[in-house]
Amino acid sequence: MPAKRRARVSVFAALGDQTRLSLVAKLCGRRPYSISQLTQGSKLTRQAITKHLRVLESAGIVHSVRTGRESRFEFDPQPIEGIKQYLDFVSEQWDQALSRLKSFVED
Amino acid sequence: MNDRIEKRIELKAPVSRVWRALTDYREFGEWFRVKLNGPFVPGQVSRGQITYPGYEHLQWEAVVQRMEPERLFSFTWHPYAVDSKADYSKETPTLVEFKLEKTASGTLLVLTESGFDKIPAGRRLEAFRMNDGGWTEQMKNIEKHVTQTS
Repeated sequence: MPAKRRARVSVFAALGDQTRLSLVAKLCGRRPYSISQLTQGSKLTRQAITKHLRVLESAGIVHSVRTGRESRFEFDPQPIEGIKQYLDFVSEQWDQALSRLKSFVED
Repeated sequence: MNDRIEKRIELKAPVSRVWRALTDYREFGEWFRVKLNGPFVPGQVSRGQITYPGYEHLQWEAVVQRMEPERLFSFTWHPYAVDSKADYSKETPTLVEFKLEKTASGTLLVLTESGFDKIPAGRRLEAFRMNDGGWTEQMKNIEKHVTQTS
């Protein structure tokens, strides 16, 4: 287990943006990308892309790896999977609670 | 990815019956498995003790939001805040709403829980880890118990 991640930005907030979603779509092919590669073919400036990457980074969705003078970004599936599992868990608890409620009122 | 949970369930019981099961604190405690200290009052904190087998050391805490008779009951809470050592007070709670609608055969209950988008990723993972396995087992036991006694 890596060091505990201190996420400051929620995963939902991080993903609630079209540019960041498309960055994630690109990065989730598991290959690390440099900022230049991510800026290519985009209407946004390098600075704007960097800003979006930092938001994703603070939610733990991407990590930057420094190679020489360049930062490369790679995708980490854990936060998104974690949230999905957590929501599934809460959802399951409600299914169970509501089924108890059903027996309770229908008896 | 959806940031809210929504459940719809048809209950073969009149709206007034379902309303009582939701808002009478003793009846709520029966099916939710919590021993509440007192009645639900809008704007006030509701406290109690979880009565779930194996989880009796946990506290229940929610803030009652709205009680519109036979229509809407809502509260905010920290969903399944099962880590007794964690401080949940700084986190934005989620909103739980029970909406009731009369149908030909009884009552349609729509439950929504929203606000998961405000919870930081770290908490979710931790909460899930805390619960993984243990709760699932407990839920199975209870389901067995309920189906045997009903």
